[in-house]
Amino acid sequence: MVAGLRPLHRKVLRDLWHLRSQMAAVAVVMACGIAMFVTLRSMHGWLRGTQTQYYEAYRFADVFASARRAPASLARRIAALPGVGAVRTRVVMDVTLDLPGLDEPGTGRLVGIPEQRAPMLNDLYLRSGRWIQPGHEDEVLASEAFARANGLVPGDAIPAVLNGRWQRLRIVGIALSPEYIYEIRGLGDVFPDNRRFGVLWMGERALGAAFQMEGAFNDAALTLAPGATEADVIDGVDRLLAPYGGTGAYGRADQISDLFVSSEIEETEITSVLIPTIFLAVTAFLLNMVLARLVATQRDQIAILKAFGYGSPAIAVHYLQLALGPVVLGAGAGSGLGIWLAAALARVYARFYQFPVAEYTQDWRVVAQALLVAGGAALVGALGAVLRAVRLPPAEAMRPEAPASYRAGIVERLGFQRWVPAAERIILRNIERRPLRALLAAAGIALATAIVMTGWFMFDAIDVMKQIQFESVQRYDAMVVFDLPRSARAGWDLVHLDGVRRVEPFRVVPVRLRRGPLTKRTALLGLAPGSELQRLVDRDGAVRQVPPRGLLVSDVLASQLGAAVGDTVTVEVLEGKRPVRTVIVAAVSRDIIGSSATMSLEALHALLGEGGTLSGAYLALDQRKAPAVYRALKETPAVSGVVVREAVMRGFEDTIAESFWISISMMVVFACIIAAGIVYNGARVALSERGRELASLRVLGFFRGEVTRLLLGEQVLLTLGGLPGGFLLGYFLAWLVAYRFESDLFRIPLVIRQTTIVYSLAVVLGAALLSALAVRRRIHRLDLIAVLKTRE
Amino acid sequence: MDAPAVFEARGLSKVYRMGEVEVYALREVDLDLFAGEFVVLLGPSGSGKSTLLNILGGLDTPTAGTVRFLDHDLTVDDDRARTRFRREHVGFVFQFYNLIPSLTALENVALVTDIAERPMDPAEALGLVGLGERVHHFPAQLSGGEQQRVAIARAIAKQPDVLLCDEPTGALDYETGLIVLQALADVNRRLGTTVAVITHNASIAGMADRVIRMRSGRITEVERNAHRLAPTELTW
Repeated sequence: MVAGLRPLHRKVLRDLWHLRSQMAAVAVVMACGIAMFVTLRSMHGWLRGTQTQYYEAYRFADVFASARRAPASLARRIAALPGVGAVRTRVVMDVTLDLPGLDEPGTGRLVGIPEQRAPMLNDLYLRSGRWIQPGHEDEVLASEAFARANGLVPGDAIPAVLNGRWQRLRIVGIALSPEYIYEIRGLGDVFPDNRRFGVLWMGERALGAAFQMEGAFNDAALTLAPGATEADVIDGVDRLLAPYGGTGAYGRADQISDLFVSSEIEETEITSVLIPTIFLAVTAFLLNMVLARLVATQRDQIAILKAFGYGSPAIAVHYLQLALGPVVLGAGAGSGLGIWLAAALARVYARFYQFPVAEYTQDWRVVAQALLVAGGAALVGALGAVLRAVRLPPAEAMRPEAPASYRAGIVERLGFQRWVPAAERIILRNIERRPLRALLAAAGIALATAIVMTGWFMFDAIDVMKQIQFESVQRYDAMVVFDLPRSARAGWDLVHLDGVRRVEPFRVVPVRLRRGPLTKRTALLGLAPGSELQRLVDRDGAVRQVPPRGLLVSDVLASQLGAAVGDTVTVEVLEGKRPVRTVIVAAVSRDIIGSSATMSLEALHALLGEGGTLSGAYLALDQRKAPAVYRALKETPAVSGVVVREAVMRGFEDTIAESFWISISMMVVFACIIAAGIVYNGARVALSERGRELASLRVLGFFRGEVTRLLLGEQVLLTLGGLPGGFLLGYFLAWLVAYRFESDLFRIPLVIRQTTIVYSLAVVLGAALLSALAVRRRIHRLDLIAVLKTRE
Repeated sequence: MDAPAVFEARGLSKVYRMGEVEVYALREVDLDLFAGEFVVLLGPSGSGKSTLLNILGGLDTPTAGTVRFLDHDLTVDDDRARTRFRREHVGFVFQFYNLIPSLTALENVALVTDIAERPMDPAEALGLVGLGERVHHFPAQLSGGEQQRVAIARAIAKQPDVLLCDEPTGALDYETGLIVLQALADVNRRLGTTVAVITHNASIAGMADRVIRMRSGRITEVERNAHRLAPTELTW
C-alpha cells in the first residue's frame, strides 16, 4: 500500500497509474530495444569470446597451405622461415564414403592426426568416445555435425574408398576442430551439407600408408611468430612448397570456416549497436512526448509545490521518478526477454557452428550495460520536460497557460483555403504549430516502416538468392567431382550411365590472380560455352555467356584485384605444370554466391597447356533413375564426391535462412511495436491537449465520428507523411544491409519487391489503426459538460 | 404569451450518484420556453440552472421527466440523435467561450456553418456582433469580450431555434459584459431567436421577458417583466 509514502511519491504512483497506457507503450518500446540490446550484445560477446577462446585453447593456425606431396623434412625448413611459429604438417585426403541411407556417395575429408594424443595446431576437442589407438588402423574420429547428420555414434563403421580400395572406417570418437567450425568442402561450396560431407580424423601412419604418403605431407598449418608479417610468411611457404605442387598458402581471412564465422560475428556487432539505438531513440522521443504533456497539464500543481517551498531539485527528482516507471518496467521486461532470446539464439548458433563450449552462459555485464543504456535513454527523453518543470516560475505557473498562438498556415499562403473546410484546417494548423514534434512523429513512423521493410527485404533477398542460385545458376541435379584431373573419356563414361540425361564437363584449377601488388587466391573454372546446367547469372537475373577469350570475374573479385574490363591480370596456376599467364578481363559478373573466375573450357585448356582434362561434370538426371546413378557413381573409383543440388539447397535453408529468419522475425515484430507505440502515444497526447476543443466541437453538434476524424486525421497525416521517408530510409537500410553483407561468400541482391512495400505499409498502417481504435474509445467517452465549466 | 412553446419540460429530475450519496440537481421541474422570448435564469451556484440548460440543449439527459422540443421528445433520443438536435436547432454560448484556438474568428464561425442546413454567411454573423473588422484574427489576438462575441456569432450563424447561454458575461468586466449582452439582445430582436441566459447576476434580469429564479434544483419564482430594459440601462 501507499501508506507511509511521502505525498510526492504517492503522486508519482498515481500519475503513473493515470498515464498507464501511455507509459505502457513507452515501456514496451523500451523493452524491445533492451531485449534487442541484450540479445545481440550477448550473442556478439558470446560468439566472439567463444571463438577467441576456442582458437587459443585449440591452437588454431594462422596460415594454411596445401601441396601435392612434400617430403616430411620440408617441415623443418618451413619452421625455419622467419616469422613462422609452430608448424604442423599432415596428410589430408578427400575420399568417397558409403553413408547409411544415402544412394549418392558422400565425401569424407581424412585429416591425419598423431596416434598418441599430443598438443598440436588445429587441435581437437573430443566430444565423446576416445582418441584413436596406435595399431588400430581403421579407427577414426568423426566431426560432430557430420556424425549427428548421419546418426553416427562411436562404434559405427563407414565404408570408404581409400586410394581405390574399399575399407571400413570405425568411428571411436566424436570431435570438434577450430578449423571446421563451419564445415564445408571448399571448392566453390558455400553452404554446409553435413549429411554428405564430413571431416574424419585418422591416424597419420595409417593415412600415410593408405595413400603412399609415408614420410610426406600434402597439407601444412602454421602459426605466425609475434611481429611477423603474414604476406611474407605466405611468400616464403609458397616458395618452399612450389616444387612439390603447392597450391598457394593463405591466411585466416581466406580460411573458409573462419571467414564465415568472423563475418557473422562482425554482423552481430553492427546490428547490436544499430537496432537498439533506433528503439531507444524512439523510447526517448515517446517519453519526452508524454512527460512534456504531463508537465504542461500540471503547471498549477508545480506552482503550488513551489509555492509551498519544494525546491527545483525536488521537482526535478519528482518528474524523473515518473520517467523511471516505464524504464524500470521496460528495461526489466526487456532484459528478461533478451536473456531468454539470447539463450534460444545461442542454441541455433551452436547447432550450425561447431563450438566445443556450446553451453551458453549469460554475460551479466551486458545486462548491466543495458540497464545503464536504458537509464540514459530515459534521461535524454525526460530531460526537456523536467527542465521545463524546474524553470517554471511559480507565479506564472499559477496562471493557466496562455492561449496557444496560431498563424495562418501553408493552406492560406498557397491560397487553397476555399477548398479546405474549417474543421480540417485545425489539423493543418496543429501540425504547423509544432513542426518539430510533427517531424519527429513522422520520423518515428518512417523508422518503423524502414525496419519492417528491411526485414521483409531480407526475407525476399534470401528468396531471390535461392531462386537465382538454385533455379538459374545451378541447374544440374548432381555435380560429380573427380579425384584428380581426368581425360575427356571420364566424361564420356558418365554419359553412358543409365539415367543420365545430359553431361557438361568442367575443369577447375587453384590459381592465384595477381594485379600489381594485389593478389587473390581462388579457383579458376573452365566452363564449356553454352553450358546449360551451370550458368553465370547476375544478381538481377541476367544470364551471361562465358567469353570465348579472357576471364570473367565476380565483381567482388574484380574489386579485390582493382581490375576492370579490359585490364590484364596475371594467372598463376597452382597445380600441375604451374604455368603463369597474363589474361585479359573480358567481363565482370555480378553473381550472387561465391566469388569466381571463369573461362571457356577451351581457353582454360590452352592456358594450362593440357589436352581435354576434366575435374568433373554437371549431370542432369532422370529423377526416377537417380538412385541407380548415385549407386553407380559410388562404385566409380574416379569419382571423389558428388554434390547434390537439393542437398545444397537444404543446407542453404538450414544455415543462412534459419539464422536470418530469427533476427528478421524479431525485427518485424518489434517494428510493429514501434509503429503502434508512436501512433498511440501521439494520438493520446493530442487527445489530452485537445480534449477540450474536441468536446466543444461535440457540443456544437459535431458527431463522434467527425470529431474522431479530426483528431485521428492529424495522426493519419503524420503517418502518411512518414511513409515516403520510411520507404526511402528502408531502401537505404536495405542497400546498407546488401552492402554490409557483401563478402566472398555471398552478396545480397538489392531487390525491393512490391509485396515488401505492401507488407510494410500494411504492418505500419495496421499498427496505426489498432492504436487509433484504442484512442477512439476515449474520444467517445469525452465529458462534454465538464469542459464547458472549466478554463483550460 | 401567444407564441408557441419551443421547449416543454415536465417533471424533470436529475440525480447524480456520488459514491454512497445521491445529489439532486433538479427536482421535478416544469418549464416552458416560448418562441422569440428572452429568458433569464437566475440562481446561486448549485441551484440546478446549468443542469436544466444542459438537458434542454441535449448535452445531458434527465433521470426522470420529459422534455419536448416543438413536437419532438428529447428524452428518448440517443447520443447521435441528441448531437443532430444540437447541430440543427441549438446555439450555445459558454462562460469560457470555447473557441478553437487554431482557427480565426471567421473560421470558428465557419466551423458551424459548414455543417448547418441553412446558415448565414460567417462574415455576416460576425458583422451582427460588431466584429466585421476582426474576422481574420485568431482567438489569442482577441480580447475576452471579442472572443465571447465570436462565440455568439458562431452560435447564431446557423440560425438556431434557440440560443442557450451559460454565464456569458461571467468572465468579463462590466463594459465588455454590456457589449456581449447587447449582442444577445440584438440577435433576439432582429432574428427572433429564443434566448435563454443563465446567470447569477440579478441585474441582468431587467433585460428579459421572463425571469426564472431557481434554488436547490427547484424553480422558486417566475416573473414577467412588464418592460424590458436595454442592456445599457442595466447596472451592477
